[in-house]
Amino acid sequence: MHTHPTRRTLLLGAVAATALGACATSGADDDSEAAKGETTADNPFGAPADAPLEVVVFKGGYGDQYAVEAGTLYKPRFPKADVDHKGIQRVGEVLQPRFISDDPPDVVDNSGAGRLDLVTLVSSGKLTDLTELLDAPSLDDPSKKVRDTLMPGVVEDGTFDGKVFVLNYSSVLWGIWYSRSLFARNGWTYPTTWAEMLTLGDEIKKTGVAPWTWQGKFPEYMNDPLVSLAAKAGGHELVRSVDNLEPGVWRSPSMLAAAGAIHQLAVRGHIMPGSEALSHTEAQNAWSKGQAAFIPCGSWLEGEQQQVTPAGFDMVLGTVPALTGADKLPAGAVMAASSESFLVPAKAGNARGGLEYLRILFSRKVARGFAQNSRALPVVTGATDGLTLTSGLASTAQTAEAAGASMFGYRFRTWYPPLAKALDDATGELLTKRTTPEKWAERVQKAADAVAADSSVTKQKR
Amino acid sequence: MRHGRYRFLAGAMLPPLLLYAVFVVSPYAQAFYLAFTDFNGVSSDVRLVGLDNFTRLWSDPLFLAALRHNGLMLVVVPLVTIALALFFAASTRGSRLLRAYRVLYFFPQLLSVAIIAVLWQFVYTPNSGLLNGLLDAIGLSTLERSWLAEPRLALWCVMAALIWSAVGFYVVLFAAAIESIPADITEAALIDGAGPVTLFRRITLPLVWDSVQVAFVYLGIVALDGFALVQIMTVGPGGPDNSTEVMGLSLYRNAFTYGRYGYASAMGVALFFLTLTLVLLMLRVTRRERVEMA
Repeated sequence: MHTHPTRRTLLLGAVAATALGACATSGADDDSEAAKGETTADNPFGAPADAPLEVVVFKGGYGDQYAVEAGTLYKPRFPKADVDHKGIQRVGEVLQPRFISDDPPDVVDNSGAGRLDLVTLVSSGKLTDLTELLDAPSLDDPSKKVRDTLMPGVVEDGTFDGKVFVLNYSSVLWGIWYSRSLFARNGWTYPTTWAEMLTLGDEIKKTGVAPWTWQGKFPEYMNDPLVSLAAKAGGHELVRSVDNLEPGVWRSPSMLAAAGAIHQLAVRGHIMPGSEALSHTEAQNAWSKGQAAFIPCGSWLEGEQQQVTPAGFDMVLGTVPALTGADKLPAGAVMAASSESFLVPAKAGNARGGLEYLRILFSRKVARGFAQNSRALPVVTGATDGLTLTSGLASTAQTAEAAGASMFGYRFRTWYPPLAKALDDATGELLTKRTTPEKWAERVQKAADAVAADSSVTKQKR
Repeated sequence: MRHGRYRFLAGAMLPPLLLYAVFVVSPYAQAFYLAFTDFNGVSSDVRLVGLDNFTRLWSDPLFLAALRHNGLMLVVVPLVTIALALFFAASTRGSRLLRAYRVLYFFPQLLSVAIIAVLWQFVYTPNSGLLNGLLDAIGLSTLERSWLAEPRLALWCVMAALIWSAVGFYVVLFAAAIESIPADITEAALIDGAGPVTLFRRITLPLVWDSVQVAFVYLGIVALDGFALVQIMTVGPGGPDNSTEVMGLSLYRNAFTYGRYGYASAMGVALFFLTLTLVLLMLRVTRRERVEMA
């Protein structure tokens, strides 16, 4: 036998293989226009009557019943069109090759773990501009544009470089959760300022209950109250400067004060020991068992804790208290964002139909079904009116209404994931007292500056 | 007839080779190509960027941290695993009861990495974890801590889990090698007055050195990875404060979170050459004269 590969044959193989290399990135190049039908008042986008519609939806915590319903409402309007609905997980892995080869479905809910990076999709020109949809008459009230039926912030959440490419379906609010019954039993009232929060914490600690726990394994959970405090003190202006990577914003007085406020929880021993190593499940279950009074989380908490919440626990979402007496945003201001990102790929075969499908999806009827089945707040305003809601969802809906236009949301987590990671790392250190608010600000600012200086990162502006 | 046989052999060999080329060789080759591009994972519009991705590697603090951590694992994991495995293999010779232990050692091998990581997370979890509970029970409660949340301990905790999961396989491997040592050699040594330590050093170890060498190579590759355990077990993951960052995790994050497939491919290529170098080095360093047994 003399057929052992020699170094030379290996090298030759490598050369041949590099020629093969173009496979992952070579794509189809047919630029055929998407099919179009006649435009009428009832069919504002001119969706073709007989073109099939393929909808791929992330089937996660919220299920996909609402998307199925929208599909069944599409059918009677276009009886000759087949609606192909797919509820899947790992949306990114399934659709990545189809985006590369420009053979995507007509509607995608790009959500859940393993979703595709939105900024990448936008910068590669893979998505349809949804402005047309926003300016179309809404299904429920033709005198109202779709744009005007959505909660504040939803359109902005889907805006990249001045154009709207994504519409999110579920509204998520971030706050601090507590059990109404536990508070009533102990005569505690939810604080309105951070100073009161610290005083209440001292009081709670005396009863043997830990005032706080948090999902330390994933430090971003505590970043939400931190940046909320900063936004309340510094106003929308601060939020914009953070997202625009303006120099020194992480060292600004509001941001430093917010970091100091969160740091105080650790300094005063208000945090349940060991929280820094708990996963979200462990920390949330400890909180549901009444081992801690407060936990930071988004409005999905109630659904997530369904199986382990004791009867009569009555969890409610509290607005993050005011940081100072002179906050720029009103007391009810709350951090909000939307999730379940619906989009229409640019190269969709039936893009017109995709837009029409979204118009149906964002109607009040489908949204009500979503609130009832998925126990989450849809972004369609007034969709939950008159429904009997669970305590958590009801408090979420109230908080959203109370906040009104003072809702705020940061975009840097989606725009600049490396900055989000640096912030998470720093906050983890802050809450274990291994770093100080000043050093925290230094290192986050350094990370923000690094992203700003990195020419390979596409910059966004708001 | 000979001709027909070759045709038959070729027919049997070609399909697997083809599959191997399509599913193993070609992705590798593509990774090499992508490492020189700015591929973002979805766009087919790919630019060649030369060596940019590679120069970037050496100024990426996270990747350098990962390199250091993998380096430490490379020193610790193979040595400790092989030492433990040799000890267990040598000390479970003899009675049936002792041999039954080998089955126990092998159990972790039957579990998937994900399950091992979740199990060890329960061991280390601070308030209801096995480790803190044990320390409490034996009166050492001052030693209790949030194991995976302390930067100085987290990587060692991960390595302990890694070693635990690997050691059983090498016990079985070494035990088989030890069994194959002819009894007369051992007996002769014993008659000459060799104690258990001398027997191990002078007889057993040299005669199973081939297996040890293989173990070093395998474990070196394991130590350069560690991705699954770190991803599932650690704070962050990769934390606290990047104290458990490994190259696999950096690669994964850059590809799937940051959408930098080109850069991630460059990491993959670097890892490929590191592993290759390591294997060659390990084979050379551990090379000894072979003992021929009749």
